[in-house]
Amino acid sequence: MSFIEIKDASKGFGSPGNRTEVLRDINLTVERGEFVVIVGYSGSGKSTLINLLSGLVKPDAGTASIEGQVITEPGPDRGLVFQNYSLLPWLTVTENIALAVDEVFKDWSKEKRADHVAKYIAMVKLTPAANKLPKELSGGMRQRVSVARTLAIEPKVLLMDEPLSALDALTRAQLQDEIADIWLKNKTTVIWITNDPDEAILVADRVIPLLPTSPATLGESISVNIPRPRDRKLINHEPEFKRLRAHLITTLLDSKGKNKVKSSRKLSLPDILPEDLNNLHNMEFINRRGPKRRTDNQREEVEVLA
Amino acid sequence: MLPLLNCPSINTAAAVKISTDFLTKYILPLLGIFAVLLIWTAVAGGVREEKTASGFTKKIKTGLIQDLPGPYETWVKTKKYIVQPFAKREELDQGILRFTWYSLIVVAKGYSIALIIGTPIGFMLGLSKVFTRMFDPIIQILRPVSPLAWMPLGVVLFMGAGKHANDLGALFTIAVCSMWPTVLNTAVGVRAVPQDYLNVAKVLKLSKWKTLWKVLVPATLPYMFTGYRLSLGIAWLVIVAVEMLTGRIGIGNFLWNEYNNGLYTSIILSILTIGFVGWALDRLMSLLESRFKSI
Ligand SMILES: Nc1ncnc2c1ncn2[C@@H]1O[C@H](COP(=O)(O)OP(=O)(O)OP(=O)(O)O)[C@@H](O)[C@H]1O
Ligand SMILES: [Mg+2]
Repeated sequence: MSFIEIKDASKGFGSPGNRTEVLRDINLTVERGEFVVIVGYSGSGKSTLINLLSGLVKPDAGTASIEGQVITEPGPDRGLVFQNYSLLPWLTVTENIALAVDEVFKDWSKEKRADHVAKYIAMVKLTPAANKLPKELSGGMRQRVSVARTLAIEPKVLLMDEPLSALDALTRAQLQDEIADIWLKNKTTVIWITNDPDEAILVADRVIPLLPTSPATLGESISVNIPRPRDRKLINHEPEFKRLRAHLITTLLDSKGKNKVKSSRKLSLPDILPEDLNNLHNMEFINRRGPKRRTDNQREEVEVLA
Repeated sequence: MLPLLNCPSINTAAAVKISTDFLTKYILPLLGIFAVLLIWTAVAGGVREEKTASGFTKKIKTGLIQDLPGPYETWVKTKKYIVQPFAKREELDQGILRFTWYSLIVVAKGYSIALIIGTPIGFMLGLSKVFTRMFDPIIQILRPVSPLAWMPLGVVLFMGAGKHANDLGALFTIAVCSMWPTVLNTAVGVRAVPQDYLNVAKVLKLSKWKTLWKVLVPATLPYMFTGYRLSLGIAWLVIVAVEMLTGRIGIGNFLWNEYNNGLYTSIILSILTIGFVGWALDRLMSLLESRFKSI
């Protein structure tokens, strides 16, 4: 029995007649301590897949299980880092993390919990911003808070849904290194979703492509036997890295070509945006359910920290 | 000062900017008030004295609207209510702010009841589809009912309370009429809570109670306060009608009595006071509201 297992899971959305099958015949096993990255196109069902494990999505067929227990509902044993941070905007950094810690470690003393929160804030290098509200933080800082909140509840597995996709390239690189460092120290099991093949090979023990067939299925997994810690400047020249990268991209592109023959499903660019916490209460989401999409925006500004 | 002297153009530009600000902020509103006073004076009635052939002086009403007192007359005749705003000379002869104070106390009570009842109803509507299906039609029907219609029912409901029936009926009317904006805005706010926040609560397995207080209530607060502000406005509208009907001492009752006594200047004073207080209450609430919006 593997630590985490998804067996023959399928998932579709919509009522009969107007239904899209998103995932089919998903089989996945992850061992304890493994760092697995799933790469796929935007909109191909990556969030849906990871939410089978988080428990926010229930499979139509098949099962997802952890330590042999079938997953039926969300729970803090599986720490989910949300694609759009999902910090509570009325709570400071400390309070956001404390909300999680206080709930999960109810039996600890108050001081112990406060120390625990402070420790994880320090781990993501946010101690100076501990008493700031999310809206006062940059995108990268918000994502750090989100990671710290999840690490702080000491889950059995970390589920990271495109944790860095909403960030600019420089911040993204920095956070990749930081998270890889933290993982090297803790060795928790990680399942990481991304749409970036380079990112996948840089951080993973094993990369699994989510093939954009319709519905999507998982491809052959690819082991990454590049020693850690990996240096992003040197790795670009490593033949093994180049080989894996080419292999991964070909796999994804090939199945996309096949997909074209089979169906006319439209694939779009990365589309999800983090909540704009500056004007959260301007009634904008009154008619909106679910996340904000990039296509909603007429104009976009990307800030790059030099 | 030197740098300023060196660039006179910037200096004058700034001066022009300040004076247009001043114009739009103070001069224009004053002009508006002046214009209204002018029209008021023009249409108001007055009295002209005329000697008849037989030597009597006869008073002849003049003006476009003969019985409407003009601004000056209004000021002269209502001065005693304004310059001693808290005086109590007799039961029906008190300073204007004293009357207002009586009304405000009743409004505060009725409004509190409205919030205490309205907010939970709003939450239930926002959270439960079943509850919404059950009660939404009733709410939609009761919501447009005028305070004048609720008042008699209020008194009937509390008939058993004897001499307090009027007071309780008044509170009932204010509460029922002013509750709706709170109910509906809270419900909208609860429905608008982003799914992402609820997912956080789910993943942490927060209890229902904790999800309510840690996630739903804070996320809904801005909407709730919009409702609270609108509700207060309605409560203040309702009090005047309620006092006219019940004869409770207060600003609305004062207005009605003075009308019956033919003292029309007091009507104008009352209207201005009611308007001014309503505006002040609204400002106060929108200050509170914007504090929560800035989260
Ligand atoms: N709750 C839902 N109801 C209906 N359709 C859904 C729901 N969730 C996802 N889908 C659909 O399933 C498909 C996959 O969505 P999903 O969010 O899993 O993609 P993704 O790979 O995470 O995309 P992205 O890179 O934009 O995050 C999309 O076509 C989406 O419209
Ligand atoms: Mg996604």
